[in-house]
Formats: sequence, structure tokens, C-alpha cells
Amino acid sequence: MSRAPTAASLGLYSCHACGQLSRAVPGAHGVRCPRCGAGLHFRKPNSISRTWALLIAAMILYIPANVLPMMKTSSLFGSQSDTIMSGVVYFWTSGSWYLALIIFFASIMVPMLKMLALVVLLVSARRRSRWQQSQRTRLYRLVEFVGRWSMLDVYVVAVIVALVQLKALATIQPGPGAVAFGGVVVLTMFAAMAFDPRLIWDPLEGAERY
Amino acid sequence: MLIACHECDLLQREVLLPRGGAARCGRCGAVLYRSHPESLERTLGLTAGAILLFAIANAFPIVGLALQGQVIQTTLWHTVRTLWDEDMKSVSALVFTTTIVMPALQLFAFAYLLLPLRLGRKPRHFAPVFRMLQAVRPWGMVEVFMLGVLVSLVKLAHLAGVVAGVALWSFAALMLVMAAISAVFDPRALWAKASAIR
Repeated sequence: MSRAPTAASLGLYSCHACGQLSRAVPGAHGVRCPRCGAGLHFRKPNSISRTWALLIAAMILYIPANVLPMMKTSSLFGSQSDTIMSGVVYFWTSGSWYLALIIFFASIMVPMLKMLALVVLLVSARRRSRWQQSQRTRLYRLVEFVGRWSMLDVYVVAVIVALVQLKALATIQPGPGAVAFGGVVVLTMFAAMAFDPRLIWDPLEGAERY
Repeated sequence: MLIACHECDLLQREVLLPRGGAARCGRCGAVLYRSHPESLERTLGLTAGAILLFAIANAFPIVGLALQGQVIQTTLWHTVRTLWDEDMKSVSALVFTTTIVMPALQLFAFAYLLLPLRLGRKPRHFAPVFRMLQAVRPWGMVEVFMLGVLVSLVKLAHLAGVVAGVALWSFAALMLVMAAISAVFDPRALWAKASAIR
């Protein structure tokens, strides 16, 4: 395989904030971009371990996020707890199947697939795999793009809770599931940011590591 | 001029693009840069509009429920406050950060960087404000919030009459303008202009 000239292989830093290339000085520490002052690294430092740490935290939180109620409704006729899945079922049975699909995708499928995708990316990068590098980069792009949409359910809870405050008749309170779910979204976003997609391509460089 | 792909680090030579064209990485296909005619002028104009819409979206009620002759309305700030009072402080902080703080910081940074450049001056602390802008951009989630409002409206429609507020429309418009800003803004043009002034 031909060696592709990457910035790092020629000793050039590529600034993550402004894109400026600058030459590395051997032995220097805490190098900053000459143009915008951002910290420079050949690769995001400890990318794989940091991504794993954030990802595992997100996976653990994903369980309470799905099991604990997102909302608690109490009225004269008793009280009721809603999890994410029961919300999906509610919309499905009440005829709003398109909303059921949106929530199912944004709140259940997207976080799960996102975590799975990150596992695939991490394991293959760790093993310095040369398998499907373009597709894996595409997968990473998708993970980065889609992550924010999982916040949907947090916003739904927020707006409903704020609107339904008829203390006499019914109240809707946010449940602990909302906290866990918000945590999953934020942690997976940080995990995706911590992963360095350039690690996917580094195996082409031979044995060197950055 | 050489440029390194931000997704696979491949070094490539910059080429001149036709109007509206995009340069992609030859190896991984990432978009390296696009041709943005009048990028900075357009971004500044859109930012001015977005600031106005953002102010309206925060000042007026987003939605209301009509029930027994009574209308209960909520603004964005009221939503944040209610969550806080319901002892959901972390969720409240999350909503506050992603729908108010981050978009506000983003719009402020655009105005702060672009307005003086337009007038031929380079603002102080140009580089730190630019880095803040880049850090903040993934966390503004106006468009997701908009969808969240719509879903909750459908969810509540069986309980009571739903009244769309002024802020709902300005949020919808803000969402489009923010998307336009992301499409039009070119950091390379920003730095080119800044270094030409210095």
C-alpha cells in the first residue's frame, strides 16, 4: 500500500479549530496554534480511552433512562408514570403513528445505534484495522450528526411539565428517567467528540503512533 | 497552499473552486471546504436577523393551553424555571444551556467577530472568541427544541386547546436562519480577512 502523506507523518500539526497547518518543534510541550491559539496535537490525546470512558458511562445511564419514568402524571383519577417506550406505545395506539416513529427513532434507536457504532469504531481503531475505512469514516460522520436529535424527549418533557400546572386537576412532574436520558445524550455527544476519526486511517501509515 | 483533511489527516493541495462548489478529501470524502461567495457579509446579515428572532423567541410565549376559559402560556424561560422548581435542576440546566446560553453565545461571537471586520478593524481577543465560537456550535439545539415543542403540542392536544404563541413562529424562523448561518459561514474566509487587516 502506498504511503499517503498525512500532516502528522510530515511533522505538521493541523489545528482542530481553524485548520491552520504548523510545523512541530521536536520536544516541545503544550504547543499552541500560531494563528488561533488552540492547543495542538497530532491526534486527540488519549482518544480511545477517553471515548471508552464516556461511552461506558452513557451505556450504564441508558438503563435507568429507559426503565425509570420520564414523567409522572397525577390527577383526581389516580397517577400514572410514563417511560419513553410507553410514550411511543401511546402515540402508536392513539393513531399518531408518525410521532411514535419519530420518538422511537430519536429516543430509542438513535442512542442505541450510536453507542453500537462507537463500539465498532473504537474496537476497529484499537486493532488498527484496515477494514472499510471509508465506510467507518462515514459512520463516524453520521454519529456526530445525529447525536443531538436525541435531546428531543428531554425538550418534550420540559415543555409539557411547564404547560400542565393545573394544581387542582392534574399535575405532570418530570421523572428521574429524564435526568438519566439527558445524561446519555450529553455523554454520547462528548464521546463522539473525544473520538479521533484520523485513527481510522493511521494504520496505513505503518507502525508509527501519534 | 496545503490543507490537511480534518477527518483523515491527508495532506492535499488547495484548488480554486467554481461558484457553489465543494472540495472533498480524495481519500475519505470529507468536505474540506466550499466556495462561499460573500460568506462573511451573508453571515453577518443572517446573524443580525437571528439576534432579532432570538430576542422575540425568548420574550414571548411559545405555546399556550386553553382550558375552561383559561389560557396557560409558557415562555422558554418559564419552562426552565418550572423544571428548576420541580427539583429537576440538571434537566433545567441542560435545557437552559442548549436553547438559551449556547445559541446566544454563538450569535454574540458572530456579531463580535464580523461587525468590526466589516468596518475594517480586527476586534480584540479575536482568536479566543473564534475558538469559543467553534466550541459552542455543536451545543446549540434550537432545531431539536422546535421539534420537541411540536411533539408536546400533539401530546397535549387531547387535553386542551393548543394555542401557538408568537415565539413559536420566531423559533421556527430562527431554526432556519441558524441553519443558513451554518451553511454560509466559512472560517477560512474569516481568517483570510483578519490577516489581511493586520
